[in-house]
Amino acid sequence: MTASRAAGPAAIVLALLAFGGAVTLQAARDGQYPRGGSVTRSLLYVQSGSALQRLALEFDALASDVYWIRAIQHFGRERLAEGREPTYELLYPLLDITTSLDPYFTIAYRFGAIFLSEEYPGGPGRPDLAMKLLEKGIAAEPRKWEYYHDLGFVHYWHLRDYTAAASWFQRAAEQPDAPNWLDPLAAAMLNAGGDRASARFVWTQLLQSEEAWLRRAAVWRLRQLDALDQIDQLEQVVRRYWPPEGGRYSWEQLVRLRVLRGIPVDPAGTVYALDPATGEVSVAAGSALQPMPGEARQVLEPR
Amino acid sequence: MRAVSRIALSVFRESVRDRVPYNLVLFSILLISSSLLIGQLTAGQDVKIIKDLGLAATSAFGLFIAIFIGIGLVSKEVERRSIYALLAKPISRPQFIAGKYAGLVLTLAVNVAVMTLALYAVLAYMTWGTPPQIRSAWDAPGIDPALLKAVFLIFVQLMLVTALALFFSTFSSPILSASLTFGLYVVGQFNAELRNFDGVVDSPAAAWLARLAYRVVPDLSAFDVKMQVVHGIPVTAGYLVLTAGYGLLYISAILLVATFIFSRRDFK
Repeated sequence: MTASRAAGPAAIVLALLAFGGAVTLQAARDGQYPRGGSVTRSLLYVQSGSALQRLALEFDALASDVYWIRAIQHFGRERLAEGREPTYELLYPLLDITTSLDPYFTIAYRFGAIFLSEEYPGGPGRPDLAMKLLEKGIAAEPRKWEYYHDLGFVHYWHLRDYTAAASWFQRAAEQPDAPNWLDPLAAAMLNAGGDRASARFVWTQLLQSEEAWLRRAAVWRLRQLDALDQIDQLEQVVRRYWPPEGGRYSWEQLVRLRVLRGIPVDPAGTVYALDPATGEVSVAAGSALQPMPGEARQVLEPR
Repeated sequence: MRAVSRIALSVFRESVRDRVPYNLVLFSILLISSSLLIGQLTAGQDVKIIKDLGLAATSAFGLFIAIFIGIGLVSKEVERRSIYALLAKPISRPQFIAGKYAGLVLTLAVNVAVMTLALYAVLAYMTWGTPPQIRSAWDAPGIDPALLKAVFLIFVQLMLVTALALFFSTFSSPILSASLTFGLYVVGQFNAELRNFDGVVDSPAAAWLARLAYRVVPDLSAFDVKMQVVHGIPVTAGYLVLTAGYGLLYISAILLVATFIFSRRDFK
């Protein structure tokens, strides 16, 4: 009886030791034989959203959540990748599967379109796939004004096709429950096209969005626009004060000349970069406003 | 009626003795831990995901209970030979089947009710901790009464699966009953595909057989409105009534056949 009582705790201790040993061996094996690329491999097995929808039986909504989390993690992991070029090759397949499993997953379409159209290296720079995803959303819910609006936005911001953007904003305005600012937005697109004022108008409207992420994006973009305005003013000042023969442009010199009260910083608090040879002003590489849109200067320059 | 309720209560007590309520603890842990962790991973979709998870877990846990207890309802009594003692009492065979079925449905009802309360509690906590501006962007309110529509149809589906398990349990072994019930559950999820089979094949005979299968196999996909309620898409009262009515009539048919088979079974 005593022996059998003692056997109980001994068995538990042995079980814990065995489990600890197994975990140690697992860690040693993972250290010696790292296993990478499991996401790619698993995705290659099931790439069809409709096949997965059937495999998931009645649990397709839950499966879509899993794929959505994977899409976010993939995007974040690639965007923050250090020491290698980010590849966003799985982003569209993951979003496509997510939205096939749950065709009403609004945020997957809207966030997904933002992720896909973001310029490389901040995103894959694929506005075509962003539009494909949003059109899939429209096929699922043809009366959802947000999808038309986002399509207009992709045309406006990434493709600079203002006529198409105006058309999509107009279609968004025609949907039930569409906000009343969509009509003037479409008009602004047609009238002013790509000028900085209309960009400011678009982003100011988006500040009123219900989505926190869109409001954050709007604040960021408005700061970029503020920076572009400030750069214009600074360049005018810089050009008025040529450096002495053989000298180079510098903020310190302009401050010494009392042209500027201090070294100018962008709306994110980083000192503007000044090209010592040409006097060109730009947002510094380390600024939180980077990446500035690749051609934003051209797109948003006043005509 | 008294005999039926006594059998039902004994099935319920047995399920409690078999530690079936432990699944409720697991369900609560799953939901609470998810609600704490998932907000970090989902870009503001935590309430949607908790609803998906809660409804899916209610359905999955109920399915396991319905199949794994349902298949033993009759066969266990036969294996233990306690069926002789039972049938020697003034209990008819139809009463026996009805009591067994009602007992498991009662177990499922208590489980589903507790899981629903736990889901609402977690959703209330999450709603309380979310600013109104973010809440206004949700497809449906956090504490949404419409979730009960999905829960109701999940419960009717579980009743139907229980009836299937009990039906198979009247004439086959537990393993075979589990396989057949689970198989029918899976086929039932694809049933809607059979309706439009004529669009896939050219053969009129094959299309006719597919349409026949559509009518005979339980149409379980119709009971799944989880996605609709989570996204705030209306599910009409008419749909609920017709689907529940379909389910109840199908259950009646299965139980009647089960009773017929069980009544003719010779235990000598």
